[in-house]
Amino acid sequence: MAHMPTEAQVHQHTAPTGFIRKYIFSVDHKVIGKQYYFLAVFSVFVGMILSWLVRIHLVWPNAHIWGLNALSPAGAPGGVISPEYYLSLLTIHGTLMVFFVLTTAPQAGFGNYALPIQIGAEDMAFPVLNMLSFWVTFLALCALISSLFVGDGPPISGWTAYPPLSAVGRSAGPGQGIGQDLWGISIALFCAGSLLGALNFITTTVDLRCKGMTLMRMPLTCWAWLITAILSLLSFAVLFAACVLLILDRNAGTSFFLPSGLLVNGTLQNHAGGSPLLWQHLFWFFGHPEVYIAIVPGFGVISHVLSVFSRKPILGYKVIVACLLGIGFLSFTVWGHHMFLSGMSPYSGFLFSIPTLIITIPATIISLLWLGTVFGGRLRFTTCMMFALGFVSVFVTGGLGGMFLAQPSLDIFLHGTYFVVGHFHMVMGVAAIFGMFAGTYFWFPKMFGRMLNEGLGKVHFAITFIGVYCIFMPMHFIGLEGMPRRYSSFVNDLMQPLMPVHKFMTIAALITGASQFIFFFNLFWSMYKGPKASENPWESTTLEWTVPSPPPFDNFGGKHPVVYHDPYEYGNVQNGKDYVMQTDPAGQPARSQ
Amino acid sequence: MSLTSDPLATVVQGDNIGVWGGGTLPYAVPSKKLGMWLFIVSDAITFSAVIFSYGYLRLAATAWPRPFEAASITNATVMTFVLLSSSVAMVLAVRASSMGNVNAAVAWLVATALGGVIFDVLHIREWLGLIEQGVRPFHNPWGTPMFGAAFFSMTGLHMLHVTIGVIYLLVIAVGFGRRKFSTVDVEVSGLYWHFVDLVWMFIFPLVYLLSAKTN
Repeated sequence: MAHMPTEAQVHQHTAPTGFIRKYIFSVDHKVIGKQYYFLAVFSVFVGMILSWLVRIHLVWPNAHIWGLNALSPAGAPGGVISPEYYLSLLTIHGTLMVFFVLTTAPQAGFGNYALPIQIGAEDMAFPVLNMLSFWVTFLALCALISSLFVGDGPPISGWTAYPPLSAVGRSAGPGQGIGQDLWGISIALFCAGSLLGALNFITTTVDLRCKGMTLMRMPLTCWAWLITAILSLLSFAVLFAACVLLILDRNAGTSFFLPSGLLVNGTLQNHAGGSPLLWQHLFWFFGHPEVYIAIVPGFGVISHVLSVFSRKPILGYKVIVACLLGIGFLSFTVWGHHMFLSGMSPYSGFLFSIPTLIITIPATIISLLWLGTVFGGRLRFTTCMMFALGFVSVFVTGGLGGMFLAQPSLDIFLHGTYFVVGHFHMVMGVAAIFGMFAGTYFWFPKMFGRMLNEGLGKVHFAITFIGVYCIFMPMHFIGLEGMPRRYSSFVNDLMQPLMPVHKFMTIAALITGASQFIFFFNLFWSMYKGPKASENPWESTTLEWTVPSPPPFDNFGGKHPVVYHDPYEYGNVQNGKDYVMQTDPAGQPARSQ
Repeated sequence: MSLTSDPLATVVQGDNIGVWGGGTLPYAVPSKKLGMWLFIVSDAITFSAVIFSYGYLRLAATAWPRPFEAASITNATVMTFVLLSSSVAMVLAVRASSMGNVNAAVAWLVATALGGVIFDVLHIREWLGLIEQGVRPFHNPWGTPMFGAAFFSMTGLHMLHVTIGVIYLLVIAVGFGRRKFSTVDVEVSGLYWHFVDLVWMFIFPLVYLLSAKTN
């Protein structure tokens, strides 16, 4: 085997020179990572505006919203959102946020940018495939966004696109024609892009680690990206099949998801033999791993950041790796807990309830190890560290709600209420977004060669942290009171007494959303005007901090790094430094293995 | 690639367990091959989801047609035989390419692709015959409209894979003939082809044999 070229030699390629090859159709993982990141920034911006519209409509259903009339004369006549258009906005908010933000930025964005550098590789294993997966994802986003502008608007069937509503076509309501078709095409494309990305991530991690980078010396971020890639590979394949069948149901006359005798708006549908439950099984077999696809990269980033800014080795590295693997495995066994309300044998309910509760054990162990890492550390309260601590807070708070929802008997009451909305926004949405903020504040110096403004960052953190609790905690309580989700308004309703709580949440959402403009400003202003970043501003040990900010095209300037240490050697002061770079052959580890 | 010959093992103090040589190929699996294996895993899951849907709906249905007469089963058996033979040709192509016999490898690759083409032709004939009998994705002469939907989507998805495989094999054959592709590329295309073959070994009994006419 001596004559065999190493993978590093196989994958060598030279830097492009033209603008298009350099920034648009680039095969450089760093550029592709940024492209994914900005795709997610765009999506989160649109998704946030949509959530504002949704919140405003709930509280002031007759409000005239400037510009909305031009966007959809049918959905929002005179700028007043109709109940159907409320559902359209909700659908696009959910789809954008789950797929194009939570799945895109933490994994494809930061993962693409940092994974090859952190394992000492020059690029991903398949650079061209990497470019392809970004552009397929970009097309998917275009298809989804275009549903806002064509026909009678986006679909009203929610981000889960439950049939029969999603499968019968135009007669089911506004947006169920071309809008739902675009949704199906968008998600099918997104699946394809994610699959290509996932196999690239796994191959890169397995094949391209530099000398000395054993699996157990990888930063936890790399472990998280690897496990997320495995989850993506196994789960998006199922959603892809489901989307294809949905498209066939809508356009080829098949009835995979449609039973016979279906009356829609007074018309008997010409379908027979299918089952809406089949879609739910296929969708949630993807959908539950998807929750972990969104949050596990956050686990990686938070573990990494907590160790760096506590100046202590991460507590229980091997345990965290084992717990991540455990969570990954269990996430494929619990999809039925999204379907308790759809009707299920109590035995099946029990079967899905048990692993759902078991999954809290590894999650709890990881959370406790984070606290143990921070405990007794010499903490550096950077904005990044604050978001990391905030992540632990919102993840634990949100996760506690999951204990209620895992019980089939309680879930039957809670599932259709705001309790679930509060729960998943807290544990999956806000936590993952805090992970993204932490990642942004951490890697921005490396990505753009400049520092973000810490003062603005702390203001942004403070408002966001208090804000998300003000928005999502009350949802749990009004959910317990029985307030149903997905209703467009509660005027003249028995829920009227709870309207002040809704008003409070809407105002909190407007303020918290507005504070994100501080972040957007900080992001774009610092990119050009921020102080220059040094090679290693956080005094961190991993490989990306051994190269200039931003790194050269081949990451290591033609050199091949060699790794001698674990990734979290902090706290042992020698030569005036309290950390040992992974590549430092002379440094003494903080503790023996 | 052995650990003892690794120079690092002597440099690293207090940690000589599992030192990774870096950049070399673990288990001699090149990236392309690993990538193809991973693609096969995810594609197998896509097929599984479709086959699961078919099983779910067939079990839930009160009746399911069994229209395939002896002629249909014979046709499908011939298709199966052709596809399996093409896999043998693929094995010979990989063997020839690894022994450096370029012309033989290209010939066997073309033979494999030809097997795929014959399979497709026989399959399309079968489809046209069924369409002539009035089978549609939403309707068929024997009741239970889902029969047509399941049949066309499962076999159609497989036929798409065979067709893509034929194009893929021909591209590899031309490229390998011009020495642009390596032995690994031939082997990786073989992995794909055998996978497509294997999927048929599930679809043939599930779609045809389970729906063979009983009387």
